[in-house]
Amino acid sequence: MPRREDLNSIMVLGSGPIIIGQACEFDYSGTQGCKALKEEGCRIILLNSNPATVMTDVAFSDRTYMEPLTPDMAAEIIRKERPDAILPTLGGQTALNLAMALHRSGVLEECGVKVIGARPSSIELAESREAFRATMLKIGLDMPKSGLASTPEEALSLIGLLSFPIIIRPSYTLGGTGGGIAYNLEEFKEAVRAGINASPIGQILVEESVLGWKEIELEVMRDNADNAVVICGIENFDPMGVHTGDSITVAPILTLTDTEYQALRQDALSVVRAVGVDTGGCNIQFAVDPASGRRVVIEMNPRVSRSSALASKATGFPIARVAAKLALGYRLDELRNDITGTSACFEPVIDYVVVKVPRFNFEKFHGSSPVLGFQMRSVGETMALGGNFREALQKALRGLETGLNGLEPRLKKNCPRLSSSERLEELKKKLYTADPERVLLLYEAMQLGLSVEEARDITGIDPWFLLQILALVREERGLARELAPLIKNAVALCGEGIREHLRLFPPGQNPENVDLGPCARRLRQCKAQGFSDARIAGILSEVIPECALRGEDIGALRRLLGVRPVFRSVDTCAGEFEAHTPYFYSTYDGEGRDPLHSGHLAHLKAGSKKGALPRKVIILGGGPNRIGQGVEFDYCCVQACFALQELGISTIMVNSNPETVSTDYDTADSLYFEPVTLEDLLAICEAEKPDGVIVQFGGQTPLNIALDLEKAGVPILGTRPADIALAEDREAFGMLVERLGIPQPPSGMAVNEESACRIAKEIGYPVMVRPSFVLGGRAMRIIHSEADLRAYIGGQESGLLLDSSSPILVDKFLEAAIEIDVDAVVDPQSVTIAAVMEHIEQAGIHSGDSCCSIPTHTLKEASLDCIRDYARKLGLSLGTVGLLNVQMAIHRGEVYVIEANPRASRTVPFVSKACGLNIAGIAARVMSGRTLKEEGFTEEPRPAYHAVKEAVLPFDRFPGAEIVLGPEMRSTGEVMGIDHSFGIAFLKAQEAAGSPIPRAGNIILTVTDSDKEPLVPLAGRLARLGFVIYATPGTRDVLRAHGIAAELVVKIGPQRPHLLDFMRSRQASMIVNTVSGATSARDATLIRAEAMARKITTITTLAALAAAVEGLETRLVNSRNLAPLQDYYAGAARGKTSC
Amino acid sequence: MLHKPALLMLDDGACFEGSACGAALEAAGEVVFTTGMCGYQETLTDPSFYGQIITFTAAHLGNYGVNSHDDEAPSPAAQGAVFHDLFTGAEEIPFPHWRAEGSLNNKMREAGLTGIHGVDTRSLTLHLRARGSRNGVISALDLDKPSLLRRARELPSMKGLDLAVRASAGRHYVFVPEEKMNRPALARPLERPEEKFKVAVMDFGLKRSILLHLHVNGMEPEVWPATATAEDILASGPDGVLLSNGPGDPEPCGYAIRTIRDLLGKKPIFGICLGHQLLALALGGKTYKLPVGHHGMNHPVKDARTGQVTITSQNHGFNVDPDSLPPRVFPTHWNLNDGTLEGLASSGEPAFSVQYHPETSPGTWDAHYLFPLFRRLIIESGKPLGGKYAQA
Repeated sequence: MPRREDLNSIMVLGSGPIIIGQACEFDYSGTQGCKALKEEGCRIILLNSNPATVMTDVAFSDRTYMEPLTPDMAAEIIRKERPDAILPTLGGQTALNLAMALHRSGVLEECGVKVIGARPSSIELAESREAFRATMLKIGLDMPKSGLASTPEEALSLIGLLSFPIIIRPSYTLGGTGGGIAYNLEEFKEAVRAGINASPIGQILVEESVLGWKEIELEVMRDNADNAVVICGIENFDPMGVHTGDSITVAPILTLTDTEYQALRQDALSVVRAVGVDTGGCNIQFAVDPASGRRVVIEMNPRVSRSSALASKATGFPIARVAAKLALGYRLDELRNDITGTSACFEPVIDYVVVKVPRFNFEKFHGSSPVLGFQMRSVGETMALGGNFREALQKALRGLETGLNGLEPRLKKNCPRLSSSERLEELKKKLYTADPERVLLLYEAMQLGLSVEEARDITGIDPWFLLQILALVREERGLARELAPLIKNAVALCGEGIREHLRLFPPGQNPENVDLGPCARRLRQCKAQGFSDARIAGILSEVIPECALRGEDIGALRRLLGVRPVFRSVDTCAGEFEAHTPYFYSTYDGEGRDPLHSGHLAHLKAGSKKGALPRKVIILGGGPNRIGQGVEFDYCCVQACFALQELGISTIMVNSNPETVSTDYDTADSLYFEPVTLEDLLAICEAEKPDGVIVQFGGQTPLNIALDLEKAGVPILGTRPADIALAEDREAFGMLVERLGIPQPPSGMAVNEESACRIAKEIGYPVMVRPSFVLGGRAMRIIHSEADLRAYIGGQESGLLLDSSSPILVDKFLEAAIEIDVDAVVDPQSVTIAAVMEHIEQAGIHSGDSCCSIPTHTLKEASLDCIRDYARKLGLSLGTVGLLNVQMAIHRGEVYVIEANPRASRTVPFVSKACGLNIAGIAARVMSGRTLKEEGFTEEPRPAYHAVKEAVLPFDRFPGAEIVLGPEMRSTGEVMGIDHSFGIAFLKAQEAAGSPIPRAGNIILTVTDSDKEPLVPLAGRLARLGFVIYATPGTRDVLRAHGIAAELVVKIGPQRPHLLDFMRSRQASMIVNTVSGATSARDATLIRAEAMARKITTITTLAALAAAVEGLETRLVNSRNLAPLQDYYAGAARGKTSC
Repeated sequence: MLHKPALLMLDDGACFEGSACGAALEAAGEVVFTTGMCGYQETLTDPSFYGQIITFTAAHLGNYGVNSHDDEAPSPAAQGAVFHDLFTGAEEIPFPHWRAEGSLNNKMREAGLTGIHGVDTRSLTLHLRARGSRNGVISALDLDKPSLLRRARELPSMKGLDLAVRASAGRHYVFVPEEKMNRPALARPLERPEEKFKVAVMDFGLKRSILLHLHVNGMEPEVWPATATAEDILASGPDGVLLSNGPGDPEPCGYAIRTIRDLLGKKPIFGICLGHQLLALALGGKTYKLPVGHHGMNHPVKDARTGQVTITSQNHGFNVDPDSLPPRVFPTHWNLNDGTLEGLASSGEPAFSVQYHPETSPGTWDAHYLFPLFRRLIIESGKPLGGKYAQA
């Protein structure tokens, strides 16, 4: 069946802000989907509130609505745009839920809009636990036995069905709190009682335990003619019990026989058919009992998922793209596999191994324990491809960018005083709980003699995987034993340090006829197991410390011996057909290399006449997402790619994050799916010989290695690495700023506790402290007293072990200052400011966590002029070529510069979406040698509307963590609100972020002392808006003194009912709670956790309250504006010409 | 496992190094590659590989060991095996899979099958893809390259070799399933389950799964050697005849083609793989050698009538030329990858066949439905499939 004729205008639903469990994989799927629909000539209406995404770039849809993903908003857009159909299966659970709400509201029927991708009845069936279970049983499939209970008696009656251990899960609790596992009747009774108490609706799910079973996922695609294929099977290294998003996962499935695998495949197809997903991709999860092979269905997602993104990148099969085409009515066999040119109706096979490792950020959530369970807590992931599992695992671990060079012992480093046997005992203890470092602990324990059998009994991990780890343990041992003497010989022979010597002899030349063959063979064998140069150097250094080997030395030795990786293509077919798509990974497990294709680069010829421009540029990606470095940087990388391609430059992308658009094989001209580390990059540079490498766009990851790359002779485009480093160097930067006559807050650099206290005393408290060279405000604190400062440096509070090798920056903290962000593009001669952003929250909250607006809404022209002037001066004197971000603060009318970053900042996509300007693309071209003038970007855009960015925080995933914003970034994502007035744009941003400002109702005010007076006028306006004010005693007294009526709410304490009781009885629609210092943080955490559970909107700064009040007042007179970005931009252009 | 060096030498001089495994002696034959990611035990015991050296493109082999359920024939039919990363288990722990009874390496040694592992199988695969399947020698005994090359060049070409007669068990017996054998799941409920049919199976290098599929579908197989005559078979009073899979070139099997020709029109016939090619030859068609053949479990095949695509298991080096077929024979299936013929049926007599393996093992269960289709043909015995084919 060819494409349906009745589907021409399609509304695509995005997934909104990045949250844990729903990250930029939906930018990948949405972007691919939009591209595929566009190819078919569809008119695309996109709804997504997330400005950091590639898909919301106006090039990808005809009508881009950056509005909250609410049923009201979507319905309004539907009535206005009248799409033929709505496609919700590429936007995660958010889009699916939204589509279902629209379906139930009747608006789809009213407007004749079809739901494509998955039918509402199928979505309903897959989402409802009971209906899904019934369907599974009907088609003869097994599920874990379970039942719901509301009383201990009911729970006991279920026990007959099950055998111990039994899982008890309370319904609707935050982070699955209150659940447990019972191994006997006593524990069962206790867990049931606790579970019923913990559940807000007094209900628990009692379930058969499948803990420790193999966890397997299959990615299925099906078309409307019932052709169905399995794209990829994924096996979890961590067995059932750890959320698959938090597990190390592997493709292909490695530990099932053909009969077992085919049975699962058949089950998966039966599930898809029974649920009725008939035009797209879906994911089915199974558990398989390793002792009997019994298999049970866990769940199915009737949509593209995180695993689909992984499966796409792992196999080269573009699931989202194909899903979009199937939704239009195509059959699988009518579509082509781009990579091989054969039919898309097939099942990819792979001849390598893919390993995904999740990335965590527990350290940012004090009080939350890093234990993995049923609820996902990872914030990103990295994927690696290798010739075998061991190589892929070690590549993935170094791709994680947590400082690992592969599998490494942890305790040995962290607790050097423990004896081996003490260490083993400690490790065993730790292995019983799944924590983010389990694979490392396992490695270390096996080094110390933990048997495979015991390791299996403790962790439930399949012995095949354990034996692979054991093989690595042995490889390391063999390496130390066999390679060390070989290298020592080489060193002795050369007389001097090997480093010096290695530089002396040219590649390929054998020094003094020594047989280096054994050394080369041993090294290659070890590299094929994924050992990085740095890790090899580390291992050897323990045996031959006198050689003082570093990773670079091993690299040099390797190249000398001709031990290099080969690059192979991800071809979907294990080499059966010729691949046309340049998507590569490296391996040492094999010596034959695949042809590097570049014949498809049609635009290369077009660009060759522009002689001054580089012909081939590598763009370095940002690696796994983490808090502080997310999709924003991928957006920049992708835009840079597109912009350079337009100039006829051939682009090469290097990244290790499977969730991204940058790692789509059709984004750059070539894709290397590799860890973004020095060793891996040098190998790529050696193979590709690029004219330039761009390090500015991938966040901190590429910047960390920029200097080393340059040292190795790799040409870096744009701002020189030394200049980037200069901006990070507080002292040098401070001197530069002083020379330019720009004020900055007094500061100093402390190398120990005493000097920190001295500096703080000099500049006066409060001070802002942090270790140097961090991104995302890691361990950054505002400190009010010397005692607190000492505690911070002692590590009690920050959780960091600070030492003299990482100096501490101490800055004067500017209280009640307005924080400003400036993004600009700089060429060697000029600076063009893209936007000045004003933060809503006062300085002290990390810019990534705070709300900000374009244009500024309270600043005077004089301040703005001053801000622009400073930004220009800095741009020209920092040696910047490309992007520049400057953070400033206005304190008592004076503008201070806080810091400058000559690289892409987190705000680049927001600025681009707010202004309709591709500043990352412009910057990439400027870095390639074009001027701002040639780019036509010489003037700051002055939008005639307002755009407000708001952050989205993941506290609901970290029960027990302090819920207070500070200088350390904790947000996972962002949204944007856009409208003609600041107030309404702010309201939209809040709504999009999931905390809509109610228009009326009861409001609780409980603010810190310093906020009480400033609260008064706002409270008055709230009262006039019709809110009924409740306040805690201190706040109420001040309000009353100013004649504002407020009811009393008792503070949290022995007296009941208190504040929390009030909230629990659902009497509040909004709560305003501000804190200062650590004293009120405990109460605030309780209040905010309660508010989160009850979905009560919480405002935590007066600045935000003021913005909310302004918004509510504006709404009384103006209705919100509903227009796509395209209209805003057109209007803005008109506004500009008229003045 | 100790490292014992071994070489794989192809007849064009390409040489691959590795370690010996299994019997660790020598093996010679046509080197082919299979892209299946699991099911190595079934593959190695599939008699269709008779005379061939199988290269597995998957990264890891031997992971779940071997067991007594998954064999397709009593002993490996392949001449040799080439692996990338072979897992041999460990002394520390019993073989880590609930059904494993030992390691693949041990089983190969016991069966006298020589393999080579640690080979850069991707390079080998790309080489075979570019240059075509070709003869080669694996040796752990003779590491002298010129000598190996000479021997590889002396090997006879697959074309024109009658391997079926050698791969066939060569005996006549009534199949009785054993307890330990994998019972395939039924593709659909049996039509008239009370009726049992007797099916004569011509063994050209038969896979056991075919017999099991016949059995669960209410068809009791009686197996005949490749050289059986139509008279013998008809005398046993079968309700239908199944032409089994098998190795190599169908053309030299004149005896089988004659038998099939004599059976045509007398009994419903279902051909699989080599059986399909033999049926085509008996019907007057022609076959030719494919450059690399189809070996794997992911080949999409489209049903010419319904448009439905099944993901099939394939293992053949020769193919039927669709243009050579007489007018009464019509194509029923096409390969989506290279457009080759994958199935045919005759409108003149009750006979149909497929180039792929509906019994799979290893492979997806998509094509299991062909066994009930065969049963239906028997039920309506005597009537050619013709237009009914699509409704089955």
